[in-house]
Amino acid sequence: MNEMVKMVVVLTVLSSVAGGVLAAINKGTASQIEAQQLEFVKGPAIKAILTGSSNNPIEDRFKIKEGDVEKSVFVAKYDGKANTIAFEESGKGFGGDVGVMVGINMDTDKLVGAAVTVHTETPGMGARAKDDPSFVSQFKGMPVKDSVTVTKDGGQINAISGATITSRAVCVAVTKAMSLYQKVKPKLQQEIQKVGK
Amino acid sequence: MPKTLVQEFTKGLWEELPPFRLVLGLCPTLGVTTSMENGLGMGIATTFVLVGSNLLISMLRSMIPTKVRIACFIIIIASFVTIVELLMQAYTYPLYLKLGVFIPLIVVNCIVLGRAEAFAYKNKVSFSMADGLGIGIGYTLALGALGAVRELLGHGSVTVWGDLSYNLASSFPSFHPFSFMVQAPGAFICLGLMLCLINVIGD
Repeated sequence: MNEMVKMVVVLTVLSSVAGGVLAAINKGTASQIEAQQLEFVKGPAIKAILTGSSNNPIEDRFKIKEGDVEKSVFVAKYDGKANTIAFEESGKGFGGDVGVMVGINMDTDKLVGAAVTVHTETPGMGARAKDDPSFVSQFKGMPVKDSVTVTKDGGQINAISGATITSRAVCVAVTKAMSLYQKVKPKLQQEIQKVGK
Repeated sequence: MPKTLVQEFTKGLWEELPPFRLVLGLCPTLGVTTSMENGLGMGIATTFVLVGSNLLISMLRSMIPTKVRIACFIIIIASFVTIVELLMQAYTYPLYLKLGVFIPLIVVNCIVLGRAEAFAYKNKVSFSMADGLGIGIGYTLALGALGAVRELLGHGSVTVWGDLSYNLASSFPSFHPFSFMVQAPGAFICLGLMLCLINVIGD
């Protein structure tokens, strides 16, 4: 009996201490990890979409809240005017979530581009959504509307051959981004005014 | 005859060199050694986990009940692996992306659990530290060596941390990279040849 109590106590104490230490380290490194992800994962995607902006969109970012979700929004200035934003959305792919950075010009309500950020798709198949620029370039110049789908589902996006599920995931992410954009547009306009100064 | 502290440390470098002499921990050995940098990075991460878990298990060895010792070891090892994972994400993100799933898999690396069970649970703290450090450094060197050979033959050049680099084509202009070596079958063949070489030297 005594031995059993000892086993329970030791395991409980050990697990609690481990949990506490890990929580502390997780909290301590969170901001640094976010900065690294910005630099190595989101950074290249943002630069690919918001090319030629006069500011650094990664520095000029703000957070916007809609319901329970908080999004980082990146702002790009062209000709001294902050009018283009980019933020990330995700869709369910073949191997997990596919993150897509979507850029929207707020003056014309048109997509300036989309780029895949994080994914766990099959190399050589779904992973081409990130590696092959011809797929995501189809989103460029598209007006903001209710939904985007692949041609198989009656839409206008040509899916990557052999990777329909990944292509759909990207379309879902872009659709989500468009609907969020339409919902929060007034808020976004207020926020980019601040960056514009 | 009891061993000295130095002997406990050096045994990991040759006598009990994990992948080559004990033939343990082969999953990451085969999986990540596509380049020297990956091999060294994986080795350093494993060394941190080994030293940390050996230290803690040795300190707590009188308190850990025998019947639940494996569960306790796994909690300690898994905590250190998570710490490494978070630190790598925070400070060496590109390496973290390259090593990917092999970092969390250190938890089930039989070298780490093996040292905890066979050594740290029975020995003093200082000896356990020396043991963990020795085995870890041996493992790092082994992975680095295997990675270097594969990268050299597969890509024709070796680059570590961006500045230290060597290009084989500069010495042998007729050499053509042999991309088979950086793929999975190349790992097995390369490991086999290195085991053979180590055994010849060992005898």
